[in-house]
Amino acid sequence: MIEVWINGETRSFPAPLSVGKMLDELGLPSNRVAVEVDQLLVPRAEHAGRLIAGGEKVEIVTLVGGGSEGGDRD
Amino acid sequence: MKGATVIEPIDKPLVIGKFRFQNRLFTGTGKYSSLELMRDCMEASACEVTTVAVRRERLVDRSGRSLLDFLDLKKLTILPNTAGCFSAEDAIRHARLGRELLSNLGNPGADWVKLECLGDPRTLLPDPLDTLRATETLVNEGFTVLVYCSDDPVLARRLKKLGAASVMPAGSPIGSGQGILNPNNLKIILEDLKGEDPEYPVIVDAGVGAASDVSVAMELGCDGVLLNTAIASAGDPLRMAHAMRHALAAGRLSYLAGRIPKKLYAQASSPMEGRIAGQGPKL
Repeated sequence: MIEVWINGETRSFPAPLSVGKMLDELGLPSNRVAVEVDQLLVPRAEHAGRLIAGGEKVEIVTLVGGGSEGGDRD
Repeated sequence: MKGATVIEPIDKPLVIGKFRFQNRLFTGTGKYSSLELMRDCMEASACEVTTVAVRRERLVDRSGRSLLDFLDLKKLTILPNTAGCFSAEDAIRHARLGRELLSNLGNPGADWVKLECLGDPRTLLPDPLDTLRATETLVNEGFTVLVYCSDDPVLARRLKKLGAASVMPAGSPIGSGQGILNPNNLKIILEDLKGEDPEYPVIVDAGVGAASDVSVAMELGCDGVLLNTAIASAGDPLRMAHAMRHALAAGRLSYLAGRIPKKLYAQASSPMEGRIAGQGPKL
Protein backbone atom coordinates (compact mmCIF):
# COMPACT_ATOMS: atom_id res chain seq x y z
CA MET A 1 0.00 0.00 0.00
CA ILE A 2 1.34 3.45 -0.91
CA GLU A 3 0.08 6.90 -0.04
CA VAL A 4 0.24 9.85 -2.40
CA TRP A 5 -0.82 13.46 -1.94
CA ILE A 6 -3.04 14.34 -4.89
CA ASN A 7 -4.36 17.89 -5.11
CA GLY A 8 -3.87 18.30 -1.40
CA GLU A 9 -5.64 15.06 -0.39
CA THR A 10 -4.14 11.73 0.63
CA ARG A 11 -4.89 8.83 -1.69
CA SER A 12 -3.93 5.20 -1.25
CA PHE A 13 -3.02 2.72 -3.96
CA PRO A 14 -2.29 -0.99 -3.46
CA ALA A 15 1.20 -0.73 -5.03
CA PRO A 16 3.48 1.68 -6.85
CA LEU A 17 2.05 2.66 -10.22
CA SER A 18 2.75 4.83 -13.26
CA VAL A 19 1.25 8.31 -13.67
CA GLY A 20 -0.80 6.93 -16.56
CA LYS A 21 -2.20 4.11 -14.43
CA MET A 22 -2.91 6.57 -11.61
CA LEU A 23 -5.02 8.71 -13.97
CA ASP A 24 -6.87 5.58 -15.09
CA GLU A 25 -7.57 4.66 -11.47
CA LEU A 26 -8.91 8.18 -10.85
CA GLY A 27 -11.02 8.05 -14.01
CA LEU A 28 -9.32 11.09 -15.55
CA PRO A 29 -8.74 11.34 -19.32
CA SER A 30 -5.05 12.01 -19.91
CA ASN A 31 -5.69 14.40 -22.81
CA ARG A 32 -7.66 16.77 -20.58
CA VAL A 33 -5.35 17.07 -17.61
CA ALA A 34 -1.75 18.03 -16.89
CA VAL A 35 0.26 16.39 -14.12
CA GLU A 36 2.98 17.67 -11.84
CA VAL A 37 4.91 15.38 -9.51
CA ASP A 38 6.77 17.19 -6.75
CA GLN A 39 6.37 20.47 -8.63
CA LEU A 40 7.81 19.12 -11.87
CA LEU A 41 5.66 18.73 -14.97
CA VAL A 42 5.33 15.17 -16.28
CA PRO A 43 4.48 15.48 -19.98
CA ARG A 44 1.81 13.13 -21.31
CA ALA A 45 4.39 11.19 -23.32
CA GLU A 46 6.08 10.28 -20.03
CA HIS A 47 2.95 9.24 -18.13
CA ALA A 48 3.50 5.56 -18.78
CA GLY A 49 7.13 5.62 -17.73
CA ARG A 50 6.98 7.85 -14.63
CA LEU A 51 6.55 5.70 -11.53
CA ILE A 52 4.80 6.88 -8.38
CA ALA A 53 6.46 5.06 -5.49
CA GLY A 54 4.58 6.70 -2.62
CA GLY A 55 5.02 9.94 -0.68
CA GLU A 56 4.96 12.18 -3.76
CA LYS A 57 2.99 15.38 -3.97
CA VAL A 58 0.97 15.27 -7.19
CA GLU A 59 -1.00 18.06 -8.81
CA ILE A 60 -3.55 17.20 -11.49
CA VAL A 61 -4.95 20.26 -13.23
CA THR A 62 -7.35 21.10 -16.00
CA LEU A 63 -8.63 24.21 -17.77
CA VAL A 64 -11.46 26.16 -16.17
CA GLY A 65 -13.30 29.37 -16.89
CA GLY A 66 -11.32 32.45 -15.99
CA GLY A 67 -10.37 35.82 -17.35
CA SER A 68 -8.10 37.70 -15.09
CA GLU A 69 -9.60 37.35 -11.69
CA GLY A 70 -8.96 33.66 -11.13
CA GLY A 71 -10.62 30.45 -12.11
CA ASP A 72 -14.26 29.53 -11.82
CA ARG A 73 -15.50 26.12 -10.84
CA ASP A 74 -19.11 25.67 -11.90
CA MET B 1 -26.60 57.99 -58.00
CA LYS B 2 -27.82 54.44 -57.90
CA GLY B 3 -26.11 51.13 -57.31
CA ALA B 4 -23.00 52.53 -55.66
CA THR B 5 -21.68 50.11 -53.04
CA VAL B 6 -19.75 51.38 -50.08
CA ILE B 7 -17.79 48.58 -48.50
CA GLU B 8 -16.16 48.81 -45.09
CA PRO B 9 -12.40 48.62 -45.61
CA ILE B 10 -10.76 45.38 -44.54
CA ASP B 11 -8.40 45.80 -41.60
CA LYS B 12 -4.99 44.20 -41.45
CA PRO B 13 -4.75 41.26 -39.06
CA LEU B 14 -3.51 41.55 -35.50
CA VAL B 15 -0.16 39.74 -35.34
CA ILE B 16 1.27 38.47 -32.05
CA GLY B 17 4.33 36.29 -32.58
CA LYS B 18 3.23 33.53 -34.95
CA PHE B 19 -0.47 34.20 -34.27
CA ARG B 20 -2.70 36.21 -36.63
CA PHE B 21 -6.26 37.28 -35.92
CA GLN B 22 -8.82 39.33 -37.75
CA ASN B 23 -10.85 40.09 -34.63
CA ARG B 24 -9.16 42.18 -31.97
CA LEU B 25 -11.50 41.39 -29.07
CA PHE B 26 -10.19 38.77 -26.65
CA THR B 27 -12.64 37.34 -24.15
CA GLY B 28 -12.39 35.47 -20.87
CA THR B 29 -14.31 32.37 -19.88
CA GLY B 30 -15.01 33.12 -16.21
CA LYS B 31 -18.04 34.23 -14.22
CA TYR B 32 -20.77 33.09 -16.64
CA SER B 33 -23.96 31.78 -15.09
CA SER B 34 -23.86 28.81 -17.47
CA LEU B 35 -21.47 27.28 -19.98
CA GLU B 36 -24.16 27.60 -22.65
CA LEU B 37 -24.33 31.35 -22.08
CA MET B 38 -20.54 31.60 -22.25
CA ARG B 39 -20.53 29.79 -25.58
CA ASP B 40 -23.27 32.02 -27.02
CA CYS B 41 -21.57 35.21 -25.81
CA MET B 42 -18.33 34.10 -27.39
CA GLU B 43 -20.07 33.67 -30.70
CA ALA B 44 -21.82 37.04 -30.38
CA SER B 45 -18.54 38.78 -29.59
CA ALA B 46 -16.91 37.20 -32.68
CA CYS B 47 -13.73 36.66 -30.68
CA GLU B 48 -11.08 34.34 -32.07
CA VAL B 49 -9.18 34.18 -28.80
CA THR B 50 -10.44 33.32 -25.35
CA THR B 51 -8.48 32.97 -22.16
CA VAL B 52 -8.76 30.13 -19.63
CA ALA B 53 -7.35 29.43 -16.19
CA VAL B 54 -5.49 26.37 -14.91
CA ARG B 55 -6.93 24.79 -11.77
CA ARG B 56 -6.89 21.54 -9.84
CA GLU B 57 -9.04 18.80 -11.30
CA ARG B 58 -11.86 17.70 -9.05
CA LEU B 59 -11.22 14.18 -7.87
CA VAL B 60 -14.72 13.71 -6.49
CA ASP B 61 -18.14 15.13 -7.40
CA ARG B 62 -17.13 15.98 -10.90
CA SER B 63 -20.26 17.13 -12.71
CA GLY B 64 -19.12 15.66 -16.01
CA ARG B 65 -19.58 19.04 -17.71
CA SER B 66 -16.30 20.51 -18.75
CA LEU B 67 -15.48 23.97 -20.02
CA LEU B 68 -13.68 22.19 -22.84
CA ASP B 69 -16.98 20.82 -24.18
CA PHE B 70 -18.22 24.36 -24.67
CA LEU B 71 -15.21 25.83 -26.45
CA ASP B 72 -14.90 25.38 -30.20
CA LEU B 73 -11.28 24.24 -30.16
CA LYS B 74 -11.18 24.11 -33.97
CA LYS B 75 -12.12 27.77 -34.29
CA LEU B 76 -10.78 29.39 -31.13
CA THR B 77 -7.20 29.87 -30.09
CA ILE B 78 -7.14 29.28 -26.35
CA LEU B 79 -4.95 31.62 -24.35
CA PRO B 80 -3.97 29.97 -21.05
CA ASN B 81 -3.44 32.45 -18.24
CA THR B 82 -1.72 32.41 -14.90
CA ALA B 83 -4.63 34.08 -13.12
CA GLY B 84 -4.52 33.87 -9.37
CA CYS B 85 -0.72 33.58 -9.16
CA PHE B 86 1.01 35.78 -6.61
CA SER B 87 4.63 34.90 -7.42
CA ALA B 88 6.84 34.43 -10.46
CA GLU B 89 7.40 30.78 -9.48
CA ASP B 90 3.69 29.97 -9.34
CA ALA B 91 3.05 31.80 -12.59
CA ILE B 92 5.82 29.86 -14.34
CA ARG B 93 4.41 26.55 -13.09
CA HIS B 94 0.93 27.50 -14.28
CA ALA B 95 2.28 28.55 -17.68
CA ARG B 96 4.01 25.19 -18.14
CA LEU B 97 0.86 23.32 -17.08
CA GLY B 98 -1.25 25.40 -19.47
CA ARG B 99 1.13 24.60 -22.32
CA GLU B 100 0.91 20.89 -21.51
CA LEU B 101 -2.91 21.01 -21.39
CA LEU B 102 -3.23 22.77 -24.73
CA SER B 103 -0.60 20.56 -26.38
CA ASN B 104 -2.63 17.52 -25.30
CA LEU B 105 -5.73 19.12 -26.81
CA GLY B 106 -3.91 19.94 -30.03
CA ASN B 107 -4.80 23.64 -29.79
CA PRO B 108 -2.37 26.23 -31.18
CA GLY B 109 -2.66 28.13 -27.88
CA ALA B 110 -0.04 25.79 -26.40
CA ASP B 111 2.69 28.17 -27.50
CA TRP B 112 1.56 31.27 -25.68
CA VAL B 113 0.52 32.47 -22.26
CA LYS B 114 -1.12 35.46 -20.63
CA LEU B 115 1.18 36.07 -17.73
CA GLU B 116 -0.29 37.44 -14.53
CA CYS B 117 1.71 37.88 -11.35
CA LEU B 118 -0.53 39.62 -8.87
CA GLY B 119 0.54 41.63 -5.86
CA ASP B 120 -2.36 41.05 -3.49
CA PRO B 121 -5.90 39.68 -3.60
CA ARG B 122 -7.60 42.95 -2.64
CA THR B 123 -6.43 45.11 -5.53
CA LEU B 124 -5.35 42.33 -7.93
CA LEU B 125 -2.77 44.81 -9.17
CA PRO B 126 0.23 43.21 -10.86
CA ASP B 127 3.49 42.76 -8.98
CA PRO B 128 5.96 44.46 -11.32
CA LEU B 129 9.08 42.73 -10.00
CA ASP B 130 7.73 39.18 -10.20
CA THR B 131 6.12 40.00 -13.54
CA LEU B 132 9.54 40.96 -14.94
CA ARG B 133 11.21 37.83 -13.52
CA ALA B 134 8.53 35.48 -14.85
CA THR B 135 8.57 37.18 -18.27
CA GLU B 136 12.30 36.61 -18.59
CA THR B 137 12.07 32.92 -17.65
CA LEU B 138 9.09 32.17 -19.88
CA VAL B 139 10.58 33.99 -22.88
CA ASN B 140 13.73 31.90 -22.40
CA GLU B 141 11.59 28.77 -22.34
CA GLY B 142 10.19 29.69 -25.75
CA PHE B 143 6.78 30.94 -24.73
CA THR B 144 5.05 33.74 -26.61
CA VAL B 145 4.41 35.86 -23.54
CA LEU B 146 1.57 38.37 -23.30
CA VAL B 147 2.06 40.28 -20.11
CA TYR B 148 -0.64 41.75 -17.92
CA CYS B 149 0.86 44.82 -16.28
CA SER B 150 -0.04 48.21 -14.88
CA ASP B 151 -0.17 51.22 -17.17
CA ASP B 152 3.36 52.23 -16.20
CA PRO B 153 5.22 53.31 -19.36
CA VAL B 154 8.67 52.46 -17.94
CA LEU B 155 7.64 48.96 -16.93
CA ALA B 156 6.04 48.45 -20.33
CA ARG B 157 9.34 49.32 -22.03
CA ARG B 158 11.22 46.93 -19.73
CA LEU B 159 8.81 44.11 -20.55
CA LYS B 160 9.11 44.66 -24.28
CA LYS B 161 12.88 44.70 -23.98
CA LEU B 162 12.79 41.37 -22.15
CA GLY B 163 10.99 39.84 -25.11
CA ALA B 164 7.31 40.06 -24.21
CA ALA B 165 5.34 39.45 -27.41
CA SER B 166 2.65 41.82 -26.23
CA VAL B 167 2.26 44.18 -23.32
CA MET B 168 -1.22 44.24 -21.81
CA PRO B 169 -1.71 47.24 -19.56
CA ALA B 170 -4.74 47.37 -17.31
CA GLY B 171 -7.23 50.15 -18.03
CA SER B 172 -8.19 49.96 -14.34
CA PRO B 173 -8.17 47.18 -11.72
CA ILE B 174 -9.38 43.74 -12.77
CA GLY B 175 -13.15 43.40 -12.67
CA SER B 176 -13.60 46.98 -11.42
CA GLY B 177 -15.44 48.19 -14.50
CA GLN B 178 -13.85 51.63 -14.15
CA GLY B 179 -12.77 51.75 -17.79
CA ILE B 180 -9.62 53.51 -18.98
CA LEU B 181 -8.57 55.60 -15.99
CA ASN B 182 -5.37 57.04 -17.39
CA PRO B 183 -5.52 57.40 -21.16
CA ASN B 184 -2.40 59.58 -21.05
CA ASN B 185 -0.29 56.74 -19.71
CA LEU B 186 -1.65 54.46 -22.42
CA LYS B 187 -0.76 57.11 -25.02
CA ILE B 188 2.81 57.21 -23.71
CA ILE B 189 3.04 53.40 -23.73
CA LEU B 190 1.76 53.31 -27.30
CA GLU B 191 4.26 55.97 -28.36
CA ASP B 192 7.17 54.30 -26.59
CA LEU B 193 6.48 50.75 -27.70
CA LYS B 194 5.22 51.40 -31.20
CA GLY B 195 7.27 54.45 -32.14
CA GLU B 196 9.95 52.54 -34.02
CA ASP B 197 8.01 49.29 -34.13
CA PRO B 198 4.47 50.22 -35.21
CA GLU B 199 3.25 46.63 -35.37
CA TYR B 200 4.15 45.86 -31.74
CA PRO B 201 0.85 44.81 -30.13
CA VAL B 202 -0.43 46.65 -27.08
CA ILE B 203 -3.66 45.18 -25.73
CA VAL B 204 -5.75 46.64 -22.93
CA ASP B 205 -6.46 43.94 -20.38
CA ALA B 206 -8.79 44.51 -17.45
CA GLY B 207 -11.04 47.27 -16.24
CA VAL B 208 -13.55 47.45 -19.08
CA GLY B 209 -17.06 48.14 -17.80
CA ALA B 210 -19.04 49.17 -20.85
CA ALA B 211 -18.80 49.14 -24.62
CA SER B 212 -17.61 52.75 -24.72
CA ASP B 213 -14.47 51.73 -22.76
CA VAL B 214 -13.55 49.34 -25.57
CA SER B 215 -14.00 52.09 -28.14
CA VAL B 216 -11.84 54.47 -26.09
CA ALA B 217 -9.02 51.91 -25.92
CA MET B 218 -9.16 51.28 -29.64
CA GLU B 219 -9.40 54.97 -30.49
CA LEU B 220 -6.23 55.58 -28.51
CA GLY B 221 -4.51 53.18 -30.92
CA CYS B 222 -4.41 50.01 -28.85
CA ASP B 223 -4.29 46.83 -30.92
CA GLY B 224 -6.94 44.94 -29.02
CA VAL B 225 -8.91 44.59 -25.82
CA LEU B 226 -9.28 41.65 -23.47
CA LEU B 227 -12.35 41.59 -21.26
CA ASN B 228 -14.36 39.12 -19.25
CA THR B 229 -16.46 40.53 -16.43
CA ALA B 230 -17.99 43.32 -18.52
CA ILE B 231 -19.81 40.71 -20.60
CA ALA B 232 -20.22 37.86 -18.11
CA SER B 233 -21.63 40.02 -15.31
CA ALA B 234 -23.68 42.42 -17.48
CA GLY B 235 -27.45 42.52 -16.96
CA ASP B 236 -27.87 40.83 -20.35
CA PRO B 237 -24.51 39.24 -21.20
CA LEU B 238 -25.48 38.19 -24.71
CA ARG B 239 -26.58 41.70 -25.65
CA MET B 240 -23.39 43.10 -24.13
CA ALA B 241 -21.30 40.65 -26.16
CA HIS B 242 -22.83 42.08 -29.32
CA ALA B 243 -22.22 45.61 -28.00
CA MET B 244 -18.55 44.82 -27.40
CA ARG B 245 -18.14 43.53 -30.95
CA HIS B 246 -19.60 46.73 -32.36
CA ALA B 247 -17.65 48.94 -29.93
CA LEU B 248 -14.38 47.37 -30.92
CA ALA B 249 -15.12 47.77 -34.61
CA ALA B 250 -16.23 51.38 -34.12
CA GLY B 251 -13.19 52.32 -32.05
CA ARG B 252 -10.78 50.67 -34.45
CA LEU B 253 -12.34 52.30 -37.51
CA SER B 254 -12.35 55.65 -35.73
CA TYR B 255 -8.65 55.29 -34.89
CA LEU B 256 -7.72 54.30 -38.44
CA ALA B 257 -9.87 57.07 -39.89
CA GLY B 258 -8.07 59.69 -37.80
CA ARG B 259 -10.06 61.88 -35.48
CA ILE B 260 -10.30 65.64 -35.87
CA PRO B 261 -8.21 67.70 -33.50
CA LYS B 262 -9.98 69.10 -30.46
CA LYS B 263 -10.47 72.87 -30.65
CA LEU B 264 -11.57 75.36 -28.04
CA TYR B 265 -14.02 77.19 -30.30
CA ALA B 266 -16.82 76.06 -32.57
CA GLN B 267 -16.34 75.60 -36.27
CA ALA B 268 -19.53 75.76 -38.32
CA SER B 269 -20.07 72.94 -40.73
CA SER B 270 -22.52 75.00 -42.84
CA PRO B 271 -21.21 77.84 -45.02
CA MET B 272 -21.70 81.38 -43.68
CA GLU B 273 -21.98 82.72 -47.21
CA GLY B 274 -25.36 82.86 -48.90
CA ARG B 275 -27.43 83.24 -45.78
CA ILE B 276 -30.69 85.14 -46.22
CA ALA B 277 -30.84 88.61 -44.69
CA GLY B 278 -31.36 88.39 -40.96
CA GLN B 279 -30.37 89.94 -37.72
CA GLY B 280 -27.03 88.17 -37.16
CA PRO B 281 -25.47 87.60 -33.79
CA LYS B 282 -26.78 89.55 -30.82
CA LEU B 283 -23.41 89.44 -29.06
